[in-house]
Amino acid sequence: MNTSLRNNQNVVLAAAAGCLLLAGTALAFYWVPNAPIEGFRQRIFYFHVPIALTAYACFGWAAWKALRLLWTRERRYDLESYTAVHMGVIFGILTLVTGSIWARTSWGHWWVWGSRQLVLFLVLFLFYAAYFMLRYSVEPGPRRANMSAVYALFGVALIPISFLAIRLAEDLVHPVVFTHDVQSKLTGSQLLTFLVCLVGMLSLAGSLYVNELTGKRLDARLRELREALQ
Amino acid sequence: MITARGLGRDFGTKRVLRDIDFEVPRGGFLLVTGPNGSGKSTLLSLCAGLLVPTSGELAVEAERGEIGYLAHEPLLYRELTALENLDLYGRLYRVPERRERIGMLLERFGLWEARRERVGSLSRGTAQRLALCRALLHGPRLLLFDEPYSGLDDAAARLLDDELGSLAGERTFVVATHAPQRVESLATAALSLA
Amino acid sequence: MTFLGDVLVLARKDLLLELRSRDTVPAMLLFVVSTLVVFHFALPSDASATAQTGLLWVALLFTALLGLVRAFVAEREERILDGLVLAPCDRSAIWLGKVIGVMAFLVAAEVVALPAYALFFRPVGWELVAAVALADVGLAAVGTLLAAMAAAGRARELLLPLLFLPLVIPIVVGGVGASATDDPGRYLAFLGLYDAVFAILSWASFEYVVTE
Repeated sequence: MNTSLRNNQNVVLAAAAGCLLLAGTALAFYWVPNAPIEGFRQRIFYFHVPIALTAYACFGWAAWKALRLLWTRERRYDLESYTAVHMGVIFGILTLVTGSIWARTSWGHWWVWGSRQLVLFLVLFLFYAAYFMLRYSVEPGPRRANMSAVYALFGVALIPISFLAIRLAEDLVHPVVFTHDVQSKLTGSQLLTFLVCLVGMLSLAGSLYVNELTGKRLDARLRELREALQ
Repeated sequence: MITARGLGRDFGTKRVLRDIDFEVPRGGFLLVTGPNGSGKSTLLSLCAGLLVPTSGELAVEAERGEIGYLAHEPLLYRELTALENLDLYGRLYRVPERRERIGMLLERFGLWEARRERVGSLSRGTAQRLALCRALLHGPRLLLFDEPYSGLDDAAARLLDDELGSLAGERTFVVATHAPQRVESLATAALSLA
Repeated sequence: MTFLGDVLVLARKDLLLELRSRDTVPAMLLFVVSTLVVFHFALPSDASATAQTGLLWVALLFTALLGLVRAFVAEREERILDGLVLAPCDRSAIWLGKVIGVMAFLVAAEVVALPAYALFFRPVGWELVAAVALADVGLAAVGTLLAAMAAAGRARELLLPLLFLPLVIPIVVGGVGASATDDPGRYLAFLGLYDAVFAILSWASFEYVVTE
């Protein structure tokens, strides 16, 4: 039982997340110079994009665990995949929120269909929300684990296809395409701030992931013991 | 042929089977008894491979095409005729000389006259006999029967007795039934799920 | 090739069942025409070509859902799926056989829907027909897999739309794009890509959805 290892892992991750995010926030708000075109409000970029990338990473991790489940049929991967999806959805919602704030400050609207990232995350949110509906409506067991894994794999296939679809849809409906004026190349200080925030967000996701996983595993153990005593 | 050690199966939080041990050698006949809800159907589903154990181990030395499974439900399409149902299973199970074999089984269980009738219009006993045909169609080495006598009248029950009697010894059986007295003489082992 | 043989046996079985019971296809036909009529009342008179096309695709989506909800009803209710899964054939054959059946139902519905659309709204060009054909593959492939998933749970009629709709948004984009823009080729190619990716994924993963 590697609980102690897990605990150490978690403490390290949580500490890393805390430090990095603190540093990142400080850098983002105080150190990095104003972006040339957007000005002060562009700083939310240092949160929004790392959060979005972290969400993708979580969904990718969930798909990897799902693949492992289907490959080895070992039950522990089900919980790991599920927790990763959970994290992904949390960060996905945060992406939508930060994206919406950025849209509001940049263009005056809380929602713009012309923003590819926003629309993509909306579709993904719907998709992964249905993941929870699926899990809720099927009895816990090997069948539910298999189905959840297949669905998680469909999710990662959907990400690029949806993105393509959204791009094609722009040509279709001719909306004004809203892209933020992010320079193609980040300058040294911008890059550093971005990386600090990115690693910070990933650590945060990792820490929450390990935390939740440990908690759920303890729950399961408790239930097993209770059953065995009956 | 079948070995179970500490076999257990949960459905969500409900533990249906707990710590089951048994062994069925080739040609053996395991009689499974127990009250309703004790997990007889679950045990047979596990042996068939439809369910996997949630604890313990289960080893079944039979391929998919060598298992004959008779469940509570007849596993037949209600809107298709008896003949069409058997033909479907016959093709999927790659039964050689399919037509002859289907005809022979229908005759043996007194279903030849009803062969062109929709399964939905058959009586419970007739459907059960047809389900038996379906389970025996591909000449399986391992037979898993869940309450095979349910719904059968005396004549049909005697037909089943004969069939079991002739196959016992060369095929392996696991039979769950509320009427153990009919198959007691054939059984080489008994398992009671209480 | 026993795989194809199994597929044909199973597809034939589904078509035979529908011919006997006749409950899915007539419902789909009536549903799609009713929906088109409702859309007439829902659209303003100066609705653009794109809007009209878009609503056709919405109608097709929901008609497909109607058919898919019924796809595994018999197999689940009578536990026949267990009988099929125990057979030595490839489980994906069950999927492909069902996909062929679902596509047949969709085509039957579209044979009525497209002329009705042409009658009520605007003429139908070859691009629309091509897009519908490609979309049918994707809808059937993904829908059949999801229908099998939903059939294993509670509230399957509620669950299937929730699983289905996010996944088929790209089909709507491809379909509307192919029929309402000047460059249908790009959108048709996209539909082809969608079909390839999700058909392969569905084919490969069906086994895991119906077994433990």
